[in-house]
Amino acid sequence: MDKQLLSGNEAVALAAFDCGVNLGCGYPGTPSSEILDGFSALGGDAEWEPNEKCALETAIGVALAGGRALVTMKHVGLNVAADPFFTVAYSGTPGGLVVVSADDPGMASSQNEQDNRRYAISAGVPMFEPSDSQECYDFLCAAFLLADQFRSPVLFRMTTRVCHSKCVVVRGKSAPDARRSGAFAIDPKSNVMVPAFARLAHTRLRPDLAALRAPNEENLYNKIIEKSSDLGIISSGVAYQHAREAAPDASILKIGFTHPLPEKTIREFAAKVKRLVVVEEGDPVLADAVRALGIAIDPAEEIFRFGELNVDRVRKLLAHDASEEPAPRVAPHPPQLCPGCPHRKTFETLRDLGCLVSGDIGCYTLGVMPPFNAIHSCVCMGASVTVGLGLRKMLPENEARRVVSVIGDSTFFHTGINGVVEMVYNRPPTGHLLIILDNRTTAMTGMQENPGTGKKLNHVDPAPRLMPEDIVRGIGVDFVAVVDSTAEQEKFAALVKECLASTRTSVIVVRRPCVIAAVRSKKSGN
Amino acid sequence: MACESVKNIVVAGLGGQGVLKITDILAEVLFRAGYDVKKSEVHGMSQRGGSISSEVRYGRNVASPMVPAGECDILAVLETDQTELFLGKLRRGGVLITPDDVPTDKLNNPKALNVLVLGAVSKHLDLPEELWRGAIAAAFPEKLREGNLAMFSLGRE
Repeated sequence: MDKQLLSGNEAVALAAFDCGVNLGCGYPGTPSSEILDGFSALGGDAEWEPNEKCALETAIGVALAGGRALVTMKHVGLNVAADPFFTVAYSGTPGGLVVVSADDPGMASSQNEQDNRRYAISAGVPMFEPSDSQECYDFLCAAFLLADQFRSPVLFRMTTRVCHSKCVVVRGKSAPDARRSGAFAIDPKSNVMVPAFARLAHTRLRPDLAALRAPNEENLYNKIIEKSSDLGIISSGVAYQHAREAAPDASILKIGFTHPLPEKTIREFAAKVKRLVVVEEGDPVLADAVRALGIAIDPAEEIFRFGELNVDRVRKLLAHDASEEPAPRVAPHPPQLCPGCPHRKTFETLRDLGCLVSGDIGCYTLGVMPPFNAIHSCVCMGASVTVGLGLRKMLPENEARRVVSVIGDSTFFHTGINGVVEMVYNRPPTGHLLIILDNRTTAMTGMQENPGTGKKLNHVDPAPRLMPEDIVRGIGVDFVAVVDSTAEQEKFAALVKECLASTRTSVIVVRRPCVIAAVRSKKSGN
Repeated sequence: MACESVKNIVVAGLGGQGVLKITDILAEVLFRAGYDVKKSEVHGMSQRGGSISSEVRYGRNVASPMVPAGECDILAVLETDQTELFLGKLRRGGVLITPDDVPTDKLNNPKALNVLVLGAVSKHLDLPEELWRGAIAAAFPEKLREGNLAMFSLGRE
């Protein structure tokens, strides 16, 4: 058991278990989703929460009571959780709080490729960046130790290739740490962030953070490979793995603890090489930091800021070859809605009725593809409802009446409910229609449970099943209906037409289980 | 080259064909054989019937988890029309395996094409058969075990 082949996500789960983490929580999001499943399978206490903000706040509570908490999300999830993230950086917690942000350079399954290393800098939070599964294990253990020593939350920044690549991992701890018991010390100056106390907290934060530079100069989590002095590469994350293969003779400074940076180490490394290049995926975060130290670097072309790096691209980066990468000779098969997917009939109907569809994040965003062509905007989780309301308010009446918002069940619980409150509170003159696509799972990210499925994270333990129709009725929506758009397509079409012709606020819940989830559930005997 | 001794295998197909399943088995077998192994793929949207590939690298010390263009030793494709898309990965003289190279008419279950192809891949790797059979047995539930082992043997013939 001490040596295993693990993905980065599985290695984080194992490390969390070995660190005696009291609670793992988060919201599913590719490429982070498997961490909590793995932690739960090992025997850890794990839960999916409605959204990332809820998850981080629960974790803060656990850490305020002295526990260790791990919060997992994809990069855009940290936008949702940014509010507590920035302020818990001020207060800190007596327990250990580690936030995993799984970034998606190249957007394999995301709506943007934001670089969340900037969150560590902006919020003033220490950050680790693993480059393979072994470092995922080792650095997560280190992150919890650091959180103990400095009372600070830690950002653990992963990327798609680190999360999903499998590598050999040696388990560092022979036995898991004992799980801590909870206790809360009343300490308003530390824990109540009213302006008077927050001002004090902020003036503490900056020197505390700066003090982390000195231990980072010991390079416990950084690696220096001294080879040729002709070329020196500074790198972090999986880009380091590509760089050591693309330039086997180069000297490399690989930084694993990337905020605050080991400035002295960087200066010393730079002084030893004739040409210095920063190889990093995403924004020029390291490059800008090195330049800010007054060190000259040989800059990478702008093209390498976009998408993932790999060995070929790093070779080109080092050679200043900014030529366009050859397009594949044939087009890859695009993803599509599965045969038998309940969303198919829904989008067929909306297309045939000529609706303007404000979409959301999930499998159903594939409704944008032919033959449906029936998603006309998509921004972020929950935006379908409120963007639709804005369209209704701006368009002339005959156009406004074509506007429909569509949202999945898990996304509705995530941040859609607030939009329904807005729909009722500031209703457009033409009313509005929201369609909730309830396939009873969080399909896109791999069939996770959610507050509407009646099951806890482990797919076994029962949970109260929240019904979207009850929630929207409670909020005060004028008209609510539940229909299966596949079995009752004509009834569904008639309902949509009726709602669009009225000035009511309406919600139609389209309920039919995801075909893949249905097969899995049958297989497991549920 | 630091990674000259590293061997590369790419398996490609469409979401739902079991590409990830057989590369998991392949990586596990190489790991049990004592190699340093890295395996990489992209999950997510591509699962929904889209093009998908998974890459396995092994040797004494593997750096990048991704196979560079023109360095793949074995390319196995589960859907013939996907071959062209991944051909640029294959090195000169590398081995290409497509469904045309395996006895698909003898499949006991259309879903077992992946394991049939895995059997064909195994012929090009000098590893003991027990390692393969052990990893396949561990990867499937009881009722699918015998059928998949049979398909592996057929592909390996």
